[in-house]
Amino acid sequence: MTAALVAAGVTKRYGAKDALLGADLRVEPGQLFGLLGPNGAGKSTLVKIACGLVRPSAGTVEVLGVPAGSAAARAGIGYLAELFRFPGWLSADELLVLHQRLAGSEGGAGERQELLRLVGLAEAAAVKIEGMSKGMQQRLGIAQALVGSPRLLMLDEPTSALDPVGRRIVRELLTEVSGRGVAVLLNSHLLSEIELVCDRVAIMLGGRIVQEGAPSELASPRGVEVETAAGSRVFEGAARDDAPRIVADLVQAGEQVYAVRVLASTLEETYLETVGAA
Amino acid sequence: MSEVALVAAYALRESLRRRVFLVVLILTTLFLVLYTVGAIFAFDDLESGPAAQFGVGDLVDERQLRGSTILGLAMFSTLFLGAVLAVFLTMGAVRGDADQGLLQPMVVRPLGRTQLLAGRFAAAAAVCAAYAAAVYLLAMLITGVVGDWWPDRVLGPALGLAAGVVVIAALSLLGSVFLSATANGIAVFMVFGAGLAAGLLGQIGEALDSASLSRVAEVVSLALPFEALYQAGLAGLTADAGGITGAVVELGPFGGAQEFGPMLWPWAVVYVLLVGLAARAGFARRDL
Repeated sequence: MTAALVAAGVTKRYGAKDALLGADLRVEPGQLFGLLGPNGAGKSTLVKIACGLVRPSAGTVEVLGVPAGSAAARAGIGYLAELFRFPGWLSADELLVLHQRLAGSEGGAGERQELLRLVGLAEAAAVKIEGMSKGMQQRLGIAQALVGSPRLLMLDEPTSALDPVGRRIVRELLTEVSGRGVAVLLNSHLLSEIELVCDRVAIMLGGRIVQEGAPSELASPRGVEVETAAGSRVFEGAARDDAPRIVADLVQAGEQVYAVRVLASTLEETYLETVGAA
Repeated sequence: MSEVALVAAYALRESLRRRVFLVVLILTTLFLVLYTVGAIFAFDDLESGPAAQFGVGDLVDERQLRGSTILGLAMFSTLFLGAVLAVFLTMGAVRGDADQGLLQPMVVRPLGRTQLLAGRFAAAAAVCAAYAAAVYLLAMLITGVVGDWWPDRVLGPALGLAAGVVVIAALSLLGSVFLSATANGIAVFMVFGAGLAAGLLGQIGEALDSASLSRVAEVVSLALPFEALYQAGLAGLTADAGGITGAVVELGPFGGAQEFGPMLWPWAVVYVLLVGLAARAGFARRDL
């Protein structure tokens, strides 16, 4: 199956500053891919190259099997920039009409209503954008990115202005979209969000991808915690595979085991270790 | 083509929202009212004008002298107002909108950067050309009704003004690819001023019979063809004037305009195309 996004050896230089130093990335259809990294790591630049907004200095990027930035590639993507603005004089519905026309979507009013419902703005179709809160605009931005049923959705910090309810709506939306086979590239600082929704994560640092894998793969083991009649004991250095043996040893020693918990670092801890080590 | 029309319609709605048209409408109404008052005074007391005072009242057509001068002033004002409109419609079309984050959501759509530029240009060119032609024709009507004087050419000056502001819109759109909105606005008005200065230089060269000055002015006017088009239109006001009246008109503030010959129009078309190609090339290479 054709990958949704393949970046190979991508570099980008802005004057004397290197933004990307050979980034490699592969996002499969239906995958929810989280891109993490500190400010200036090159996340937004990589996403912009994939969208055709920025030209790479070297390397290749393919979107849905065709060169990024080509008309065919742009026809298959949805994008929400980190810093975006929509014309305040348009209503939510009018903005979606504009983007339906730009994207050549024939979804009509049904598609618009469905998208507004998905982002929790069903009642705000007639509301002018200038009258919306930043959070509402961000949710509308996600709806805009979904116009025309893209096969690759790229969202740059899509939940930065959202309250907890808004974040939950977006999380559920991304899961639903991903379930339909749409690949999602999520660029965010909110590690807990990424950990909750993404099935694959990459950490960028200094223009390169330094770690990549499923969130569980990236987590390092921190031991096994066992609750016995004598209280909780932590077997440091033990991994998940060691749990049965530890329990068996304890039972054989005459201890009552009530609960066993495998301890692992959170994505946040892994991220901070990676970034801190650098 | 429909994509270009879509972007053009969007650009026009955006302009309506920004009240560009309202401001221009108010300024234009004010200008036309003042012009009417000016025309009434200009045609007052024709029999005792300077020509009569110098004893050449029979040789100089005082009505034509006054009519062509005041309508020439209207053309100059129309070109300026048209330039203001062209600049405001296009000065932030690319970098200005990109800096605000307005452009990126549209550029990632399949329509493409060329169509986006073409749509913005089509909207600005259509509005500015229609505006310049309409204001000129209204001024001509006022001059005719108030002073009973009509220019020798009716359509030529209107077309010259319309094409002139289209050239300014194209230059402003090109500037918007490389400069921020404010910097572009300033740059285009400086170019506009340079063109007008070239025109004045040509008139001075004509009055002093200086071939060098006239040549310099001609080259600059062709390098900035909105000035050449404006001058060609201006020359059309008194294209048939001859004798002493023609000579006196030449010495007036709006006399001495050059026609630039039949190649001016093809050159203007080629010029706009070249400016468009440069804008397209610059936009295609621009990181957003």
